Amino acid sequence: MSVSIRIPTALRPYTDGCAAVDVDADTAGAALDALTTAHPRLATHLRGPDGRLRSFVNVYRNDEDIRSLEREATPVKSGDTLVIVPSIAGGA
Amino acid sequence: MALILAPGALAALHEHARRGYPHEVVGILAGRRDEGRVSRSVPLGNERADRPEDRYQVSGLTLLRAEEALAAEGLEVVGYYHSHPDHPARWSDYDRDHALPNMSYLITAVQGGTIVDTRSWRLREDRSAMDEESIQPTE
Repeated sequence: MSVSIRIPTALRPYTDGCAAVDVDADTAGAALDALTTAHPRLATHLRGPDGRLRSFVNVYRNDEDIRSLEREATPVKSGDTLVIVPSIAGGA
Repeated sequence: MALILAPGALAALHEHARRGYPHEVVGILAGRRDEGRVSRSVPLGNERADRPEDRYQVSGLTLLRAEEALAAEGLEVVGYYHSHPDHPARWSDYDRDHALPNMSYLITAVQGGTIVDTRSWRLREDRSAMDEESIQPTE
């Protein structure tokens, strides 16, 4: 099933400049794995060494944060859009 | 590549950092990404109410809305700025751990309410460190 993943500006250099990448997957986590398999340079910026999504990486299925759904097990179906929305954080 | 910064954008973010002292302030550096040119700095609200003196955070949706508003004016996000109250204008491990690649991170040090240093950094692709980039003022 084809799901479109929207790539934020900061990460587009790793998708050959593409703002969206289509993948076949049935969960949000599988879609992200398919994305990083196709574009490996993305991987370290999306997931930490423990394999979990980094704290600043938010993922929306259409308009809903997958954290409020079933996280990476959130089902996706053909025609859905996953949007990667980074937050920013830092400090002294 | 150097970060080319319009004097008005630098003055505005310095004023934001002074006004916000002793808390950290944060905002967007807007302009042209392909040229590394910043024409405007856009202040945002620091969402870390629990410890604003040494942390900042802006939610993804707030950033997305700000980026879309800038795009409507033909501007792109070149990077972000934040202040380090009573702390050097150098990246911290916490900054590095939360940084996005391919963005400029400008840090301005505010000592006792006075701007003492402003530097800009970019995350290495392997996330091991941030490297300084020069800041060039322009018209």
